[in-house]
Amino acid sequence: MRTVFFIVRKEILQVLRDRIMLVQIFVPPLLQLLIVAQAMTFEVKQVDLAVVDLDQSPASERLVERFLATGRFEVTLATASGDQADAALLTREAGAVLRIPDGFARMWARGMSPTVQLVLNAEDGAAAGVVQSYAGQILADFSRDEAPSVIRAASVRPGVAVQTRTLYNPQKEYLGYMAIGLLASLMTLVGILLTAQNIAREKEIGTLEQLNVTPITRGQFIAGKLIPFWILGFIELILGLLIIGGVFRISFAGAVGWVFLGTGVYLLAALGLGLLISTVVSTQQQAMFITFFVLVTLLFLGGIFTPIQSMPGWAQTIAEVNPIKHFVELLRTVLMKGGGIADIGRELVAMALFATVALGAAIQRYQKTAA
Amino acid sequence: MTAFWSFVRKETRHILRDRQTLAVLLLMPVAMVLLFGYAIRTDVEGVRVLVVDPSRDVRSTDLTQAVASTTALRLVGVEASVGGVEPRLRAGEADVALVLPVDFARRYARGTAEVLVVSDGINANFASSAESYVRTLVQQWSASQGGGAPIVRTAVRMRFNPTLASENLFVPGLLAFVLTLVSALMTAISIAREKESGTMEVLLVSPLRPLQIVVGKVAPYLVLAFVNALTALAVARLVFGVPVRGSVTLLLVASLLFVLVSLALGVLISSRVPDQRTAMMSTLLGLLIPTLMLTGFIFPIASLPGWLQPVTNVVPATWYIIIARGVMLKGIGLAVLWKELLILTVMAIVLLAASARSLKDRLE
Repeated sequence: MRTVFFIVRKEILQVLRDRIMLVQIFVPPLLQLLIVAQAMTFEVKQVDLAVVDLDQSPASERLVERFLATGRFEVTLATASGDQADAALLTREAGAVLRIPDGFARMWARGMSPTVQLVLNAEDGAAAGVVQSYAGQILADFSRDEAPSVIRAASVRPGVAVQTRTLYNPQKEYLGYMAIGLLASLMTLVGILLTAQNIAREKEIGTLEQLNVTPITRGQFIAGKLIPFWILGFIELILGLLIIGGVFRISFAGAVGWVFLGTGVYLLAALGLGLLISTVVSTQQQAMFITFFVLVTLLFLGGIFTPIQSMPGWAQTIAEVNPIKHFVELLRTVLMKGGGIADIGRELVAMALFATVALGAAIQRYQKTAA
Repeated sequence: MTAFWSFVRKETRHILRDRQTLAVLLLMPVAMVLLFGYAIRTDVEGVRVLVVDPSRDVRSTDLTQAVASTTALRLVGVEASVGGVEPRLRAGEADVALVLPVDFARRYARGTAEVLVVSDGINANFASSAESYVRTLVQQWSASQGGGAPIVRTAVRMRFNPTLASENLFVPGLLAFVLTLVSALMTAISIAREKESGTMEVLLVSPLRPLQIVVGKVAPYLVLAFVNALTALAVARLVFGVPVRGSVTLLLVASLLFVLVSLALGVLISSRVPDQRTAMMSTLLGLLIPTLMLTGFIFPIASLPGWLQPVTNVVPATWYIIIARGVMLKGIGLAVLWKELLILTVMAIVLLAASARSLKDRLE
């Protein structure tokens, strides 16, 4: 135990002495969190709409009016020519085309269901889906509010009204959701990268051999490298939460204590992975690339920024061992939904298992003799 | 000049000798295209629905059946009371709950049935889509039972990518990402490494001029970056059938300009950092994260807050992605894209000049 203490003290002294690294650990990631988190949204605030109104009736005008009233759509082109609207899509002057067919008002007044065409620029994939759902809502409202008199006069007919209620994030904002995901990603990136790079550097400059000839055991060595970065990771999380709560004004729904518990376990898993990487590489460049590759894979397959439910079954199964996925889920459950231990137990167990395996393998693989 | 070529040969050998890094570099673009193509989707599917059905009558079981047989929805359970909804949404076991009223069949016949769709809103678009899927399902079901009022129907057409296939959308951005990674990051680290290990001094006392040293370091990465871009394109095309509707030459010219920009940025970074670690952190956080987040690669630029949108203009990848998407998906050419290409050219010239200058100042 005393030996571990001395190694940790040596590592901490080394970290504290390296002012540049301290700045690198905290300043760029937190700056990224401040700026980039605000860019991470699929919400589409403004859509340039080209309208091809072949009906030119009061009903079609009211329909276009409804698009404008949401404040999300702006008509940049009103034309009777389909070709002209199409050209606007190509040059990005319009992001969507609404085509109202001739006879729209007539059909609607008779109680039939007319069809309008919506052409979207699917080049911006996520945006296209969102615009479609905005348009769907507008058309549904139009259908309900502007129901033709034929229908309103009719007597009782079977039917069902649908109400919706959104829990946890009723305004449907992205900032909190994405900021939490980004904080976890940045913490992980910095943590894994620095641990892997730290050992690779000792290998490169030869100081690792000096450590190897001392009587410390493999477990003590790993612990000594792990603990300082674990502490730094924790401080990073706290600073990140201060930004999310203080600057972004996101109020946390649950007890932050559960987040600390989760972070403690998660950092063991993430840094364990970094240590494992450091045992298989021999240069910093390799450490960097392998870390980066592993991390990008974990981030994208973890469904942190894209819905995991939409992934194919096998990808969802793989995601179950992914520690970042569990950590981000834990953070969001506690901070956004107010979840407690009952809701995050599964995540804690999964992360703990990963940490055990990764650290065990790192200790196992770390050779005290130079190859 | 012979000295220069032998230097290029030496650098190439360095890269070829490090099998591990080379393997990662060559496999990464392929792996990423496969990953994005198979696993990453931005459209909404597999929404987990919890039905609350206190009456369990003919109509309500029929509606529940309709939920179970919809492809985009997945029925995860039927509860008898509304009390089970909140805990299950909170624990993340369901995304949306469809709450039916007591005595559903009778109310439905009289036209007074009200159903409630409760969703977990933390992922905003997912929640919106999930709500709209369930709402549409209920309305369609009602229409199939002979109920409901007329509605304005929509025929949606997704131009340039009719199936919203994610690989079509991501490949242009992925090209930008891979090219940045290989050109900027690798160059920055490799030059920083020479500085850190002191071999840069050795190179500087050799008869090679500083500019030759830099060009010699950069040339093999230029080739490597190009090989990567071509493999990524080939995999995208062969495995997923991602189209290149416009001119391949234009795409390659734009890629070359973009590689030059990235290499210049890599050199610029490496001339200002003391060691490999700083080189990594600066390139990663200063270049790669903006390439992912501030270019329309994943998040649409139109969604960004107003003050942040001008920032995207400074990120070279923004322009490259517009060109690559334009050429690949829309089949447009220079007539439309000349402005973007001009911007990339200017960026390349300015950055190359700046990096040459900065190196001269620092190394000589």
